[in-house]
Amino acid sequence: MRNPGAAASTGPVLLVLGCVLLLWYAGAVGLNASGVIERVLADQPGWTTRDLVIATMTMERPVLPAPHQVAMDLYSSIVDWPLDSPRNLLFHTAVTAQSTLVGFVLGSVLGVLLAAAIVHSRTLDRALLPWIVASQTVPVLAIAPIVLVVLGSLGLSGVAPKAAIAMYLCFFPVTVAMVQGLRSPQRIETELMHTYAATKLQAFWLLRLPAALPFLFPSLRIAIAAGLVGAMVAELPTGAQAGLGARLLTGSYYGNTVGIWSALVLSALLGLTLTAAVAGLEKLVMRKRQHA
Amino acid sequence: MTDFSTPTIALLFVATLALAAFSVQRCAAIEGPRWAEPYMGTLTAALFGGWVLFFWEAGVAVFDVPRVLLPAPSAIAVSMWEHAATLGRDFVQTVLKAVLVGWLLGSGLGFAVGVAIDRLPFLQRGLLPVASLTSTIPLVAVAPIMVMWFGFEWPSKAAVVVLMTFFPTLVATLAGLQAAGRIERELMHSYAASYGRTLLDLRLPCAVPHIVSALKVNAALAMIGAIVAEFFGSPTVGLGFRISTEAAKMNLSLVWGAIVVAAVSGSAAYTLLVRLERRLAFWHPSVRRS
Repeated sequence: MRNPGAAASTGPVLLVLGCVLLLWYAGAVGLNASGVIERVLADQPGWTTRDLVIATMTMERPVLPAPHQVAMDLYSSIVDWPLDSPRNLLFHTAVTAQSTLVGFVLGSVLGVLLAAAIVHSRTLDRALLPWIVASQTVPVLAIAPIVLVVLGSLGLSGVAPKAAIAMYLCFFPVTVAMVQGLRSPQRIETELMHTYAATKLQAFWLLRLPAALPFLFPSLRIAIAAGLVGAMVAELPTGAQAGLGARLLTGSYYGNTVGIWSALVLSALLGLTLTAAVAGLEKLVMRKRQHA
Repeated sequence: MTDFSTPTIALLFVATLALAAFSVQRCAAIEGPRWAEPYMGTLTAALFGGWVLFFWEAGVAVFDVPRVLLPAPSAIAVSMWEHAATLGRDFVQTVLKAVLVGWLLGSGLGFAVGVAIDRLPFLQRGLLPVASLTSTIPLVAVAPIMVMWFGFEWPSKAAVVVLMTFFPTLVATLAGLQAAGRIERELMHSYAASYGRTLLDLRLPCAVPHIVSALKVNAALAMIGAIVAEFFGSPTVGLGFRISTEAAKMNLSLVWGAIVVAAVSGSAAYTLLVRLERRLAFWHPSVRRS
């Protein structure tokens, strides 16, 4: 992204994306062919290859919908229904985005606080940090059903349990990166703070925190992508009421392949948008820092 | 059960808490000899973990927490013992079939494609940004499609895992192959080493730390992918199936048992990969130091 050859790679990237699109169409024809021959073309004996290709791309419930079918389904679901209708995919996107963002903010704050505590306490560093690192090797999403059950029996439903799972996935990368970042100031710099008779708090605000920012932002980008996965998975066991994860589940229940693909495309776009937003924030903060 | 409001129990609790905090703090403060340093850290962490388990067990007993909310560690252990055969079959289905096959295929393919397009800078410039962008996309959402295509059995889960592990390995391989320094490459050039020799003797060894760290990330991703894919439909066996059905039945001690199995498998895979890295990249500074 920041490499100088970014402009030079637009051509190759477009080519690769074009190839993906072509492969997608080829796959749609190939995968749908047998179903089409069985269901659509059975009653018209003299069909040609042309008929077959056209039929594979306009099928009702295709194995693999063609890209334009997905695009049209997306467009119609966004335009044909009001924004607050559960048939509008943007409504579900907003639901997912909300729990992702709440979880992301809470998780990042928790991550930074934990890192600050770990950096200042040898006890926590030795007792807690190994467990935090070990928790990365655990498939954290598996606890989603438990969190939902526990918070549900405490009377919390709606955004809270989903945000809690997103938060659990968000805090880890932030904590690890912030511990590294808060420790990054050189010895000579901490000594300088010491000769200024700076308190621990001042040293934290004026030296450690600014030094940790370059570590913080890449971890925030990872965290928000992880939080989105958490929020979507958390929507699965809730009975599929609202959200992109719920759309995936209902689509898979009713064999609505086009619907699944639309939800998939929108979740990819949501992921890209959220990451881009964090990257934009990073640029803003870091540019201010350079001017100061 | 025990009446918590009695002051003796409250006092006992505070005293134990103080003892726990004190013992962990003392343990962390010990300055062992240099060779024992890593073990001291492990000891502190283990002590902390032990105290957490103790308070979990004691808290559940004292506050009389309902089993549906939070089962005690002992209850989880008992449930794991009673359902050992079931959990064993789940382990074989999810970890040995879906995760292992998917992880090997996905990582292997990512590595192979990375090496194959090493000589095609045009394709690299095109693929690298696309592959990096996939990390921001919740790829696990393809799970319902894979279940639809490959059926309920483990191949559909392996397919999700392949897709999730392919891109991180590809990106790491491409980055790793660029990691060899200019001076070393010039040296190989001056030896008149062929492309294959340079790749085998210099660039692939230099790429090992990058690739192994991708494999470590993939191990965690693969577990997540397989478990979530089982939420979308599976035969009546598998860790994800166990977790979702037993959670619906409010049988939380078995849910925790399944999570313990998943956690231990994940940690074991991670440990094995760290060992592998030590063996393959014995020359790397980060390995040498420890």
